[in-house]
Amino acid sequence: MRRNLLTLFAVLALALMVGTPVMAADIKPGGSIVITYKDDVSTLDPAIGYDWQNWSMIKSIFSGLMDYVPGTTELIPDLAESYVVSDDGMHYTFKLRKGVKFHNGRELKAADVKYTLDRTCNPKTQSPGAGFYAMIKGFDEITAGKTETLAGIEVVDDYTIKFELSRPDATFLHVLALNFGFVVPKEAVEKWGQDFGKHPVGTGAYSLKEWVLGNRIEWARNPSYHHQGKPYLDTIVFEIGQEPTVALLRLQRGEVDILGDGIPPARFVAIMKDAKYKDMIVEGGQLHTGYVTMNVKMKPFDNVKVRQAVNMAINKERVVKIINNRAVVANQPLPPAMPGYDNDYQGYAYDPAKAKALLAEAGYADGFETELYCMNVDPNPRIAQSIQQDLAEIGIKADLKNQSQATVIAAGGEPDQAPMIWSGGMAWIADFPDPSNFYGPILGCGGAVKGGWNWAWYCNEELEQKAVGADSMTSADQQAERLEIWRSIYIDIMKDAPWAPIFNEQRFTMHSEKVGGKDAYFVDPVHIPINYENVYDATIQ
Amino acid sequence: MSTLKMLIKRLAASGAIIIGITMIAFLLSFLIPADPVRMLAGRSATQETVESIRHELGLDQPLPVQYIKYLNRLAHGDLGRSYKQKTEVATLIWSRLPATLWLMAGAIFFELLIGIPAGIYASAKRGQRGDKTAMVLSFIGVSAPQFVVGLLLLYVFANLLNLFPLGGYGSFLHLVLPAVTLGITGGGWYSRMMRSSMIDVLQQDYIRTARAKGLGEPKVVLVHALRNAVLPVIAMIGLDIGFFMNGAVVVESVFGWPGIGQLAWQAIQVIDIPVIMGVTLVAALSIVIGNFLADLVMPLIDPRLRVR
Repeated sequence: MRRNLLTLFAVLALALMVGTPVMAADIKPGGSIVITYKDDVSTLDPAIGYDWQNWSMIKSIFSGLMDYVPGTTELIPDLAESYVVSDDGMHYTFKLRKGVKFHNGRELKAADVKYTLDRTCNPKTQSPGAGFYAMIKGFDEITAGKTETLAGIEVVDDYTIKFELSRPDATFLHVLALNFGFVVPKEAVEKWGQDFGKHPVGTGAYSLKEWVLGNRIEWARNPSYHHQGKPYLDTIVFEIGQEPTVALLRLQRGEVDILGDGIPPARFVAIMKDAKYKDMIVEGGQLHTGYVTMNVKMKPFDNVKVRQAVNMAINKERVVKIINNRAVVANQPLPPAMPGYDNDYQGYAYDPAKAKALLAEAGYADGFETELYCMNVDPNPRIAQSIQQDLAEIGIKADLKNQSQATVIAAGGEPDQAPMIWSGGMAWIADFPDPSNFYGPILGCGGAVKGGWNWAWYCNEELEQKAVGADSMTSADQQAERLEIWRSIYIDIMKDAPWAPIFNEQRFTMHSEKVGGKDAYFVDPVHIPINYENVYDATIQ
Repeated sequence: MSTLKMLIKRLAASGAIIIGITMIAFLLSFLIPADPVRMLAGRSATQETVESIRHELGLDQPLPVQYIKYLNRLAHGDLGRSYKQKTEVATLIWSRLPATLWLMAGAIFFELLIGIPAGIYASAKRGQRGDKTAMVLSFIGVSAPQFVVGLLLLYVFANLLNLFPLGGYGSFLHLVLPAVTLGITGGGWYSRMMRSSMIDVLQQDYIRTARAKGLGEPKVVLVHALRNAVLPVIAMIGLDIGFFMNGAVVVESVFGWPGIGQLAWQAIQVIDIPVIMGVTLVAALSIVIGNFLADLVMPLIDPRLRVR
């Protein structure tokens, strides 16, 4: 029901935007805002960029065939005007929007779309996202280096492009809305070579005006953007290398408008209590789950009762308190904001006595010794300590392994190294708002390989079949049923309990009074921290 | 002629040191129990993607082969490309150089401005209250964590008093607070060094002679003693140049200063080996150059150190 309501809201929002442009027309364009980040922006090449800072930046410089209704998880065509899916779900035909211009003035044509995907899938490009397009026919050949073009993409004419898949895949439209498929102009890529990421040219709402390496990035409004009237802001300035605490002081003084890294944890409680900032903070869900993995290949976690006992032993409420209530307690892998989330599922309630009994049933009445890995950046060691205490209550002595992110990731990727990992700091945030995205790499058999991200080493063949089945349901009228299958997959996973889901982080976006826009744009599930295209300068209205 | 000989000898030794450092840094990057390709490819990459990236980066080759290839590129003046940013490492380092040099100059200026007078004052008042106060203050300066000092200065002088910008880089005003922060820590060291060196010198015979001649104490201290006592301080500046070229990671991050330290720190987090190697090389080079400069300057001040 909740899902239906969400859809309803999305449709209403869309209707409002399309049907009554009066509201949008009332917004005066112009002005500028300043956003701060602590870490450097590595690249703005859509085929390569895959980190916290550049992910949303790339979304505003480039565009793809598909996108989402701003502030929602609802798919809509973007560079495409319309599309047709064949009955067997193997063929997609897109009609492109006419008159879309790259920042260099040239019109975007179907050949650019093909060039872009060929480039992303070509191993020479080193795109971390190439694997998302594995369903396109000819992907294996391009990966093997036998060819440089995908056999499954055909340019019919300048404004028509056809995709042939090697298997029906319900996530196909979502992956076309991912950055890795955002269209790039060949001439600019060839001109700059590997440095294209520092000289991005796209079709997005903003173009790059200036980039002072390690210091400052400035965007200018794209006057010929294909969504008329947008974006509103003339310039967006990113100031890089700013300590979050200092950035907050600057926001309070009106020098900064958005904190790219969020409200610093040490100041969170004080800021939330202060009535002055009430209207400057927007809270929203996030497609994020923090969890403890239990390696099902290592004793004693090969015993399902032990894993269930751990699920019951952890006081999740306390963990949430440790991070100042910036999260909600989780009981399943999917976060509440994700389609397919099961509202009725109760999960394993906190019950140390029952946990102890289960351990005894499993033959560990006296408990056992194990190791809990965690990333060594606050608040993760504190969270791991809290979990360690809970485990001690039922007799499990967990030795804490506080290590660097890279080391924990490497340990998780070995079949026999990390019995338990607290995922904080490396936890899963969905690439796209579809339930399948929480499965493959982190809970599916494909991720349970050396160097993979399925740190529980969980591989359930039966569920794997179910997942493949669900993802081959591509027609629109099957979607409700597909979501239902995914819902049941995650609940079945919880029976095997390879994870103890702990919490889903909430987002708290703090913005200056200068930035205006609907709340949804400040906690957009796809654009993090904010949806740059849809916010405006409130001081000039 | 013999000065030239010494220079050549030193340069040759420096070359060997630098090659040794590249080797150690290279091996260390691979000893970290983590996989740079995994860090680069992210969570959603398939096994095939990971392996093809590994191949493209040449990381599937044996370590000695990789090292020799690296040295070969280095010999041709090529520092390689960042795994993460895809940009030339030289470009990245070059872009951080101005900020790094400014901070270095500012920091050394304030270190000396604080350290030398404090050291001289303490040695002149040896054992008295003034000496003790100066040394307690220098001890606090040395031990105070830079992020605390930095944030405190920011809060008071930028946020409350509005005298300086709240972090960032661009103008002379931006430089003052980060340089003072480093100056407070470094000044503590310099003052202690200056004090002990001064006390040593003040006990020497020629100082007694100067005093016996009836010279005023200020002239004895500032002219006769200082010239000799300042030598270890100059050697330390040489070391400091190298130290600051490594970047002042903590201060850079508190003040949002785009120096080499930030670049190095971010590269280490994602095991961006070419950048780590590049920064290490620059740091090694500048320590060598810093020492070299100190060796050149000292004989100018103390004729006894001139090679005949």
